[in-house]
Amino acid sequence: MSISYYPGCTLKTKAKNLETSALAAMKELGIEVEELDRWNCCGAVYSLADDDLIHIIAPVRDLIRVKERGHDTVITLCSMCYNTLARANELMKTDEEKRKTINMFMDEEQDYAGEVRVVHLFDYLRDDYGWDKLKEKIKKPLDGLKVGPYYGCTLLRPKEVALDRPDSPSIFEKFLEILGAEVSNFPLATQCCGTYQAIGNPDAATKISYEILTDAVAHGAEALALTCPLCDYNLGKRQNIMKDKIEGAPEVPVYYFTQLLAVALGLPAEDCHFELNRESAVNLLKEKSYI
Amino acid sequence: MSAETKEVTTAVEAKLIPIYVMGKKYEVPDSLTIMKAIEYAGYKYIRGCGCRGGVCGACSTVYRKPGDYKIYTGLACQTVVEPEMYLTQLPFYPAIRATYNFHELEGKPEEIFELYPELFRCVACNACSKVCPMDVEVMDYVSALKRGDIVEAAKISFDCIQCGLCASRCYGEMPQYHIAQLARRLAGAYLTPRAEHLKTMCANIDGGRFKEGLDSLKAMDVDMLKSTYQERELEPATAGEDWAPKDSTYL
Repeated sequence: MSISYYPGCTLKTKAKNLETSALAAMKELGIEVEELDRWNCCGAVYSLADDDLIHIIAPVRDLIRVKERGHDTVITLCSMCYNTLARANELMKTDEEKRKTINMFMDEEQDYAGEVRVVHLFDYLRDDYGWDKLKEKIKKPLDGLKVGPYYGCTLLRPKEVALDRPDSPSIFEKFLEILGAEVSNFPLATQCCGTYQAIGNPDAATKISYEILTDAVAHGAEALALTCPLCDYNLGKRQNIMKDKIEGAPEVPVYYFTQLLAVALGLPAEDCHFELNRESAVNLLKEKSYI
Repeated sequence: MSAETKEVTTAVEAKLIPIYVMGKKYEVPDSLTIMKAIEYAGYKYIRGCGCRGGVCGACSTVYRKPGDYKIYTGLACQTVVEPEMYLTQLPFYPAIRATYNFHELEGKPEEIFELYPELFRCVACNACSKVCPMDVEVMDYVSALKRGDIVEAAKISFDCIQCGLCASRCYGEMPQYHIAQLARRLAGAYLTPRAEHLKTMCANIDGGRFKEGLDSLKAMDVDMLKSTYQERELEPATAGEDWAPKDSTYL
């Protein structure tokens, strides 16, 4: 049975490289997904105020769209979309009173009680597809590529929706190992990239991104892999600003995890839209003759 | 009662029903539209009334029914009165329209984001779609725009008559219908495929392809013009796609 795919807004514009590489990879792996024909922005950030139910409407509406299609699982790629949808789902499952209020507010939609399963491609590959099966599909192992797995916040926090142990995760490492890459663990892999400080306090975002990148490099990484367009904005695109502000800031190629997957599956580079990455990203892959 | 004894009346008496216009009760015939009922009650439209045909968007009406929490809307010229309805006209709702020089735009999503940053205040509450008298899925086109799909937004918003009711209900306080208008303009000017054969035709016209024919028509007297028109070759109603006139001078 095919499953619903929720892309998220950014994957249709600035982070097209995350979507196209993922769709190509899933097709190659035989994972059948159908993009929802109607979907809205999930809200990107899960509201932490206990009584702020209006900001829960958007993700719940998307989950209702999945239910309407008769699908029991929705797959996400962007870690912020994953987090927002998964937490809204938890709320609808566990909080009877809020569930009732939300369902009554959305009187034009069918009722929802958390019937859909929200997954990220990572846990889908681990729990549904299986690491062993994935390993068999690898055609171009990324031998000798030293990659730092950058989790960021939203794949691992809070624990109710965490893909793995928040204190010592290993899912990203396992994924990279299967692709044939050499994993460079680094302490700041689960530290926040600065997220929306990029707008209100860009210097703070630059500082924290610099710390994360230098930490990864210091622990042997020659490139970073991540799952989130906002992390990519801070850790990838921000490197240009970083170089102006901080002397000796490193140049670190940054990839979406799905781009490395697509390359390791032997898919054409066009599927990855590397023109949206840093130039050093595509150069490193060419240098190593992966593409 | 037999047919012989039944009284036949020709005059039809309208059944009167009570409606409340801006809180004041009026008895109006039950078959009237809201617009006609308001006129029947003695009001005269100076504004808030345009085409009377359901397309201009000038006569938005908001109403409620007794014992029902829902807000109802409709175009006054299209919606028939209901007993005990409370209504008011909402012919205009303030909504800021961004200023832009259209020829400097290229049809990029970021251009809409910059002109209407309030787009991102949408929380998907769907109040806009619920209130739309044209059943446009307003929230869906706002969602399409947030992900940069201008063409999709133009398609979804095609039936919009710019009445402004969506803006009146927006939690994010955005002027949806102005944003949709920009989307349709950009889609039409920059994002939909061009009709390439039109260029050839324009070049033909500029090159004098039809000059001789037009000149000969201009030189005709009225009778000649009439007979030429009446004797023209008509395409049969059943003609297939491969049909062509006998005289193909100007094709």
